[in-house]
Amino acid sequence: MNDRVLRVQDLSVHFKVSEGGFFNSQAHVLKAVNGVSFDLSAGETLGVVGETGCGKSTLARAILGLIKPNRGRVLWLGEELGKLDEETLRQKRKDLQIVFQDPLAALNPRMTVRDIIAEPLWTFYPKIARVQVDERVRGVMKMVGLLPNQVNRYPHEFSGGQCQRIGIARALVLNPKLVVCDEPVSALDVSIQAQIINLLKDLQTKLGLSLVFIAHDLSVVRHISDRVMVMYLGCCMEISARANLYKRPLHPYTNALIKAVPVPDPKLARVDADTGLTGDMPSPLSPPPGCVFHSRCPQSVKRCKLEVPALRRMENGDWVACHRAEELDLTIGD
Amino acid sequence: MSLLAVRNLDVNFDTPDGEVHAVTKLNFSISAGDALGIVGESGSGKTQTMMAVMGLLAENGHASGQALFKGHDLLQMDTAELNHHRGKEIAMIFQDPMTSLNPYLSIEKQMVEVVMHHQGLSKAEARAHALEMLSAVRIPDPERRIRQYPHEYSGGMRQRVMVAMGLVCEPDLLIADEPTTALDVTVQAQICQLMSELRRKSNTAIILITHDLGVVAGLCDKVLVMYAGHPVECGSVEQIYYRPRHPYTKGLLDSVPRLDQPEEKGLHAIPGNPPNLLSLPRGCRFRERCPKAFADCVEAPPMSVDSEGHAYRCFLDEPA
Amino acid sequence: MTKQAEKPIIDPFEAALGVSDVKGRSPWEHAWHRLLKNRAAIYSAYIMAGMLVLVMLGPLVVSWESDFTDWDYTSAAPSLESGHWFGTDAVGRDILVRTLEGGRISLLVGLVATIVSLVIGVTYGAVAGYYGGNTDRIMMRIVDIIYALPFMFFVILLMVVFGRHIVLIFVAIGAVNWLDMARIVRGQTLSLKNMEFIEAARACGVPPWGIIRRHIIPNLLGIVIVYVTLTIPQVILVESFLSFLGLGVQEPMSSWGALVSDGAQDMESAPWTLIAPALFLTVTLYCFNYIGDGLRDALDPKDRL
Repeated sequence: MNDRVLRVQDLSVHFKVSEGGFFNSQAHVLKAVNGVSFDLSAGETLGVVGETGCGKSTLARAILGLIKPNRGRVLWLGEELGKLDEETLRQKRKDLQIVFQDPLAALNPRMTVRDIIAEPLWTFYPKIARVQVDERVRGVMKMVGLLPNQVNRYPHEFSGGQCQRIGIARALVLNPKLVVCDEPVSALDVSIQAQIINLLKDLQTKLGLSLVFIAHDLSVVRHISDRVMVMYLGCCMEISARANLYKRPLHPYTNALIKAVPVPDPKLARVDADTGLTGDMPSPLSPPPGCVFHSRCPQSVKRCKLEVPALRRMENGDWVACHRAEELDLTIGD
Repeated sequence: MSLLAVRNLDVNFDTPDGEVHAVTKLNFSISAGDALGIVGESGSGKTQTMMAVMGLLAENGHASGQALFKGHDLLQMDTAELNHHRGKEIAMIFQDPMTSLNPYLSIEKQMVEVVMHHQGLSKAEARAHALEMLSAVRIPDPERRIRQYPHEYSGGMRQRVMVAMGLVCEPDLLIADEPTTALDVTVQAQICQLMSELRRKSNTAIILITHDLGVVAGLCDKVLVMYAGHPVECGSVEQIYYRPRHPYTKGLLDSVPRLDQPEEKGLHAIPGNPPNLLSLPRGCRFRERCPKAFADCVEAPPMSVDSEGHAYRCFLDEPA
Repeated sequence: MTKQAEKPIIDPFEAALGVSDVKGRSPWEHAWHRLLKNRAAIYSAYIMAGMLVLVMLGPLVVSWESDFTDWDYTSAAPSLESGHWFGTDAVGRDILVRTLEGGRISLLVGLVATIVSLVIGVTYGAVAGYYGGNTDRIMMRIVDIIYALPFMFFVILLMVVFGRHIVLIFVAIGAVNWLDMARIVRGQTLSLKNMEFIEAARACGVPPWGIIRRHIIPNLLGIVIVYVTLTIPQVILVESFLSFLGLGVQEPMSSWGALVSDGAQDMESAPWTLIAPALFLTVTLYCFNYIGDGLRDALDPKDRL
């Protein structure tokens, strides 16, 4: 693939966290993202899935250059974002946009829909004519399924799904090349979730966008992703093509995530409830040594406690970080 | 006789912008040991129904109708009488476990107090009972964990503590309001498993309020689907999942992303948005989003019941 | 009858495309409508408006000059015949006109000092809160240091160095009041800063000043307005207190505080000298507090619909 637009190499983001009181405070390092690498081609969608605290939101912000990485690099069209000065990075933002999780919180309650959607336009083209802005705003609203005659209304007058459409419109108004969606449907009702997923999928095909679609649940990213990355405690566990991942996951954690998705079918649901996972996710402040997943892994062996598995490429082109990937057969039964 | 029977329940709220009809003419009942799922999207009135039953409505809300618990109307009781039932016979679990646990008291204090109050046990007995419950919800090392404070627990652990606290007095009815919505999928699976196990063991009736049809399928025997304050369909899980009668239920089932079906099927969404409760449409409340709406739908359809006891609020007779 | 009329339902999306723009109702309008329903606040606002007009125009209408000494009536009780409706003080000056003119000073001090504290406090707090880190730490330590200065000591120091002047009262009160405002604004900014719409603006490339101006300050205004309406009476009270102690405005100028102070001395022989200014003062304080409460209820973001 030579049309790669985004390359993330060995990206790590660490936060300093102090715990305890005034006198006995201890500084810890929280490894929110730890050595994540992947590529993204033009027009491709990468699903990123992981549970709370796995660092997926931090990854999103690091990709966009909103957080500086401690190690590794993010290359956008061959340019390293971390090395750019403030102003050049700001100019790059025309191409890189984000859609947020909480649709209402992502919109300034005191601004009209027009002002919200037009803000990126005004920021980058301060001299643009009002008429043009208005035209563009209405065009984008129509594109995301909002009635253009609602431009003068305020966010609180819309439902959650509509607010998310406003957020998407704002992200698209500058014709970006990459949109990072940080759990765009987690806060929405099921019937609306499907609307938004389908909308993003349509827009992606129509506009040739590259998408990074983050979710905490494998079922949500299935319909939109070309490839899926699974994260756990800041580390990348697996990156597989969609067709492979849902049929024969390579990593035991992916397998558990697939099994954990509730099935809306009373007969199947009663049989297939056990994820095989034991215990709770460890604190990200003190991840276990060796493979970070070994403490909950039903398949763990002695080696997993001692040695950190590297992310390696399998024969079919998928990537996995598990010592036992070759020997395990985690095919999902029908 | 049913354990809880709700008859003609209306819940309204006075707001500065007018009266909000959160629940309209709701009827349902649940027998001892049963599990009922109440499914609906935000604003469907599912939570306010239970708040009304538990006497926990906000100040500007008022409920009318009946909620008969073992033959006594909960809506007519004063706080003292309600407290006699709440906690002891009816327990409630909320969506966010952190807000329903007191952050300044250890889990031990919070659990033991409840048991002593409702069951009249001595402190030592109550503590033993609490420990038993904690191990029943599979909290490792309960002797140590019981002395800890809520913030020392993870989200999933906290929700397990809530389940343990809900069940500690062996209530006849457990109302769980979106107990797994704030949790990760793997933890959700654990909590669901736990609830169905405990239900089998202690014969507690469960009302599970959720927007997720997946969770209901594994846990409940009966399902009530609500839309914009109206009950739209009620039946056994098999009826609802395999033979839905209401177009909304059908749409809801189709919009759940499923892993057990080929991805080529795509994802069906219900078009449009839920109506504003301040200005509900005339007639069927689902009319504007319904793919099968026709002229008659401007009149409100009544709740019809077929020969198998499957109730639905739609003019169409064929399964959706 | 209905079967023919099948499918009259047009796609609402299509239907609305041709329709003209819908007008939105901003959070401000919502708050305004809620405020209009709050009787106590609205009546208080009317009373305050009346009070302002009275204080501004009253002295022009009343036939007495504030420094005119009517030797025929010293310490005279209120009466219609003499023309001294509120009575006179020990040196025969008309209480009504003095109270009205005193009101000018009191309200002026209240407004000006509040505006001073508003401008400094909002900017300072928003900057400290938005930039955070060491900037915030240093800026807030400065606030703490100024807080630690005893207020009376500060006022007396100013008086000693610059002599007694009305401007000094503005300076003194404003210099202390902005500290509270800065703290409140900083706290709000900190919580606003973590809202996703601020992050969205950053992701869109909006520069920091644009964010503060367009996103942070408009969202702070609600709480700031509430705080301002509660600060005005507080400032008036502080000024009265200073005047009562003799540190405030100087003769022949007067303020409600100074008048109350004078009146309190003749309380037993001529109670009206105390009652009139005290009445005006309390009514004002009450009204501002009611307006503040009403605004808080109206602007409370918690029950925003």
